[in-house]
Amino acid sequence: MRVAVMSTCIGDAMFPEAVKATVRLLRRLGVTVEVPQAQTCCGQPMVNTGYLDEAVPLVRTFVSAFEGFDHVVVPSGSCAGSVRHQHGLVAARSGDAALADAVRQTSPRVLELSEFLVDVLGVVDVGAWFPHRVTYHPTCHSLRMLRVGDRPTRLLSAVGGIDLVPLPRAEECCGFGGTFAVKNADTSVAMGADKAAHVRSTGAEVLVTSDSSCLMHVGGLLSRGHAGIRTMHLAEVLAHTPDEGADGLDAADGTTSVAR
Amino acid sequence: MSAREEVLAAVRSALHPAASSPAPVASPPPVPSVPGPDQAPGEEVVALFAGRVADYRAEVTRCGAAELAEVVSSIVADAHGVVVPPGLDLELPGATLDDDLTAAQLDGIEAVVTRASIGIAVTGTVVLDHGRGQGRRSVTLLPDLHVCIVDERQVVSDVGDALARLDPRRPQTWVSGPSATSDIELSRVEGVHGPRRLHVVLVGD
Amino acid sequence: MPPFPTAARAALGDAQLRRNLAHATGTIRAKRAAVIDELEDWEGLRQRAARTKDETLAHLDEHLLTLEASLTARGATVHWARDAADACRVVADVARAHGIRDVVKVKSMATQEIQLNETLAEQGISAWETDLAELIVQLGDDLPSHILVPAIHRNRTEIRDIFRDRMGAVGRAAPDGLTDDPAVLAGAARLHLREKFLSTRMAVSGANFAVADTGTLVVVESEGNGRMCLTLPEVLVSVVGIEKVVPTWSDLESFLTLLPRSSTGERMNPYTSTWSGVAPGDGPQEVHVVLLDNGRTKALADDFARQALRCIRCSACLNVCPVYERVGGHTYGSVYPGPIGAILNPLLKGVGQDPATDALPYASTLCGACGDVCPVAIDIPGILVHLRGKVVDAHRGDGLPKAEAVAMKAAAWGLGSAARLGLGERLLGAAAGLWRGSRAGTTRPVITRLPWPGSHWTRARDLPVPPRESFRAWWRRTGRDGGAS
Repeated sequence: MRVAVMSTCIGDAMFPEAVKATVRLLRRLGVTVEVPQAQTCCGQPMVNTGYLDEAVPLVRTFVSAFEGFDHVVVPSGSCAGSVRHQHGLVAARSGDAALADAVRQTSPRVLELSEFLVDVLGVVDVGAWFPHRVTYHPTCHSLRMLRVGDRPTRLLSAVGGIDLVPLPRAEECCGFGGTFAVKNADTSVAMGADKAAHVRSTGAEVLVTSDSSCLMHVGGLLSRGHAGIRTMHLAEVLAHTPDEGADGLDAADGTTSVAR
Repeated sequence: MSAREEVLAAVRSALHPAASSPAPVASPPPVPSVPGPDQAPGEEVVALFAGRVADYRAEVTRCGAAELAEVVSSIVADAHGVVVPPGLDLELPGATLDDDLTAAQLDGIEAVVTRASIGIAVTGTVVLDHGRGQGRRSVTLLPDLHVCIVDERQVVSDVGDALARLDPRRPQTWVSGPSATSDIELSRVEGVHGPRRLHVVLVGD
Repeated sequence: MPPFPTAARAALGDAQLRRNLAHATGTIRAKRAAVIDELEDWEGLRQRAARTKDETLAHLDEHLLTLEASLTARGATVHWARDAADACRVVADVARAHGIRDVVKVKSMATQEIQLNETLAEQGISAWETDLAELIVQLGDDLPSHILVPAIHRNRTEIRDIFRDRMGAVGRAAPDGLTDDPAVLAGAARLHLREKFLSTRMAVSGANFAVADTGTLVVVESEGNGRMCLTLPEVLVSVVGIEKVVPTWSDLESFLTLLPRSSTGERMNPYTSTWSGVAPGDGPQEVHVVLLDNGRTKALADDFARQALRCIRCSACLNVCPVYERVGGHTYGSVYPGPIGAILNPLLKGVGQDPATDALPYASTLCGACGDVCPVAIDIPGILVHLRGKVVDAHRGDGLPKAEAVAMKAAAWGLGSAARLGLGERLLGAAAGLWRGSRAGTTRPVITRLPWPGSHWTRARDLPVPPRESFRAWWRRTGRDGGAS
């Protein structure tokens, strides 16, 4: 079984710890992981803003980087959703039959992390340890594009030491929405502020999601509000084991080396 | 070109820009079988109908055919005026027969008693097709209390069964509970323009 | 109306509006969920309805001709309207032919779309809205903000004031000592409008459905004002969008099951009226039907977005939309607000002509909640993305490209190859050293202020400082060999 990890552009540039955690977790579960160096971005920012022509080269890059793998694991519901639901449209737009064919081969093999763990590896208890009060935001594209359902919360529930508390109105969008966050910044912030308030109401120490972009948005509001609530990617929680750091927060949040 | 020709031409050019074939369409699922008109509904269907009508805050009284006149008389006993349509087939002393009364005349009468065409159990709906005993549409609209007599044998299970039994050429009024609005802060108010009270009398044997 | 982002800013600051919307949409969402859970096969039902609409639209010309023939055979007069002007002219001509100066109206999206009331007013004909919420909107000289509950932005005290101050000028005044109890307010509307129903000789309606083979029009409502308008006047004109046609009477089953559950969260709305032309001795004896295009054939010509014409105006997508819930209906600048408005308006009007219409497909986070609740399974998020593409394409020839277009081209170039992306990340990592503004108490330093256009982000949100080392660089350094970080 050849498995590739798609780091996603935002994971690669802004949240490398989430991708590193994905790699660590998969290796711990016995998967040999490859990271094709030619990969860049799924093209969703262009597609969702209406720049379909501009997305064509990105789709080309994607299929050439990931062709031949049995599974492509993505620590993002949004990027996985874009590949599965939008690459076909972009390829059709290009009028390139070979590209369309390549997309048909590649895109169904792309799975969001929790789908891969539960459906392909058949694991729910990944042997993680994370003794914190955690609440989970399920993210729209995971829920409604990919239909991952309760896979992420089943994975989290099986984590040792965790105190997983439900998030009120969990299924409502956080307001990120890609370029919506800047084109309609006021509405985006209003939605995010409500999401942040729900997060605070749970008393959780850590907000977990499976999309770095939603984390960046809600986390940015929590940080601005001095909420004292950490944001972490699902992979970071699942990757953490008892023998790895005291409580997982420092190790997982990662970028401590940057400013210290 | 007339508006008619232009609209039709626009439709056609939208649909067949280059004679592109429409996407294939799967055949619709089979429609559930409809009980024949003489097949009496089971008690559970009748009970569901009564329950669902009451759910919409209409009043429901169940009675036997022999008690019907008495039951209806007592419901309208206090009303200032009762109008009945031709063909009601029920003795109601003191009731006015709708003999092409004007809207203004109907507006001055408090209650109306009619029969119905169909009762729909799942939705708690009575359907009037304004045939014999059901009156013109305005007769069941202007008075404030509508007493509607439904025979248990007229009750069907759901909307599909009802459509199969109804004649689309006749004007119809489907009534599910009394007139209502939730337009002010979403707080439900019974009775805006239609009858503020609906009383369904469900008649068994 | 300014484009969506600007209008949204004002709406977001209206505390009353925010509270009303949250209450209303939350209440209807819960009611809807409860009545949908009662049904065994909701998904099958919505797929069936979607299929019915698609098949009908695929042969729309034939169904319209059938409808015209059956309506005519049953004594109705059929008119065709290319646009709003055509449709308004028909209504005005019918009124004038009878010397009628007042008409009563059943709430209808189509007549709002064509701005019938305003056009009639210019010709000295008064159109009186009779739905309670529409009455509130009309008396308040206001605009509807929701498809189903148009006065959702008003509270009871505001409504009391509107009734007390305005009713008397246009008919029977509100009773003295009017309170803000909803039942009392509804009672005042009953008295005010009863006088109009009994005296007005002509009514204007829309229709929820038009059955082609029997010539039957269907109006679904709650208050009974529809029944009044459809029954008491002598003359009835119904303005019906050409997408409202369904082939047969039995096709109504799925729609009459889906619509009330999706819109008001009821198993069935209080009143449904059906009529097929003229019923001798019962109701209006002169019946007109106006078949309205007004951009619908434009939507029909879009193979993918055509499915938007399945819409049965239930407003379930508004009630579930997190954007609508915060900004309300006026922000969309159209009688069709919310997610359906964000696709319907650009489809009916065309894109690339005015900034307000072009902004609508972007008034969504693409969260997908609207598509999930749509009773006729319209892929609203998919159409939003599709229309964004059309908006961008419409401006590709512009002399001076927008900053966004330049940025997108640059981003696509930067992301086009791993080498370029890697270089960008190294620059970002180096630049990260400039942002030392670590916020006390968080492990990761954050950026609190960026110049435009980054200011759109940092005005209210912090941004983590980019890491010195990207994942890509880490992988090259160590990852391949086992991932010891």
